[in-house]
Amino acid sequence: MPAPGQTLRKILAQSQKELLNEWVQAQLAAVTLRGDLMKENELREQSREFLVLIQGATDAGSLTQIEGPHWTQARDFLARISRSRAQQGFSPTETATFVFSLKQPLFTRLHAELGQDARGLADEVWLTTELVDRLGLFTAETFVRSREEVIQRQQREMMELSTPVVQLWDNILALPLIGTLDSERTQVVMESLLQKIVETGALISIIDITGVPTVDTLVAQHLLKTVAAARLMGADCIISGIRPQIAQTIVHLGVNLSEVTTKASLADAFSVALKRTQAKLPQQLST
Amino acid sequence: MEKIPILKMGRFLLVTVQVDMHDQLAMQLQDDLTAKIVASKARGVLIDISSLEVVDSFIGRMISNIAAMAKVLDAETVVVGIQPAVAITLVELGLSLEGVRTALNVDRGMALLQQRLAEEQR
Repeated sequence: MPAPGQTLRKILAQSQKELLNEWVQAQLAAVTLRGDLMKENELREQSREFLVLIQGATDAGSLTQIEGPHWTQARDFLARISRSRAQQGFSPTETATFVFSLKQPLFTRLHAELGQDARGLADEVWLTTELVDRLGLFTAETFVRSREEVIQRQQREMMELSTPVVQLWDNILALPLIGTLDSERTQVVMESLLQKIVETGALISIIDITGVPTVDTLVAQHLLKTVAAARLMGADCIISGIRPQIAQTIVHLGVNLSEVTTKASLADAFSVALKRTQAKLPQQLST
Repeated sequence: MEKIPILKMGRFLLVTVQVDMHDQLAMQLQDDLTAKIVASKARGVLIDISSLEVVDSFIGRMISNIAAMAKVLDAETVVVGIQPAVAITLVELGLSLEGVRTALNVDRGMALLQQRLAEEQR
């Protein structure tokens, strides 16, 4: 009786071409095939390369320890495939099916080889299942991880995009806020505003909330914190761009904005700021 | 023992904090400053904390206490040179130094004090 795994190795080594054909046929017939995203040639090429890599790995080392050094190439290949498929827009199921669909052709081959030897067949089937499952799980994991990387990158980019501090005039800064203010963003906004105050020596900063969709108590508190921090740095704040709806919400919530100058539009705020800086600053100090 | 120097500049007092403020030092400063305000009949106090990189709630409260005491002795207090990180910390601690005037640097703070004095004399 042959040792467990021997038949699987033999199949991978000797009948690779037939195996490849059956596998590609199975993939083409599967409902998860995405003909719109991938051509048959490409699929065939990928399948062929993967089979060669598996065969190399099983020849050199263990059948199921895919974490080992012999499997490095196969793992890299899978990682590359799942990453590119994640970017192309494949679903996790569709990506994992690429590996899992290898089971059926392998089982068919095993059955043909071992036929009546029920015990041997069971052993081989178990080994094959374990191997393919591990490879499939690895693929799915890489797929999810690459998606998460994309999400994190987008979050980071959005964070940077959404907090510009612009200098409008001598001693006047504007901070147009766009999107919801959570604590993390407030932190970023506060830091960049204060940094800019130090750089430019601004006396007044206008916080424009036209682009903030909703103001609840938390957002209002974040705004007030930013105002307080700017005041500690010697800069007064004006909040502008308050829409009628938001004015109503603020009053209904009982948020106290009486300490802060508020204006309906950025233009109004700007004219107030100009007036104040000129009144406050004699000519010789403005340099 | 180290001490925070208090300089007299015309009718104002200038305090420059250049070492890490520990609690004892802050208490000492409070004593010295009130005594000096009375002795020199100062009308304004300028506290420069630009080299202060760390603050805790005690120091924050100390600063607003000192400002309140100076106010009682009829001297306006301006705190200048608060670092961004320090400003954020103070706000997060809930100490926004309500009664204290603030300015970006010594120049601006001086201008503020002089303006205040000029308004009074008019």
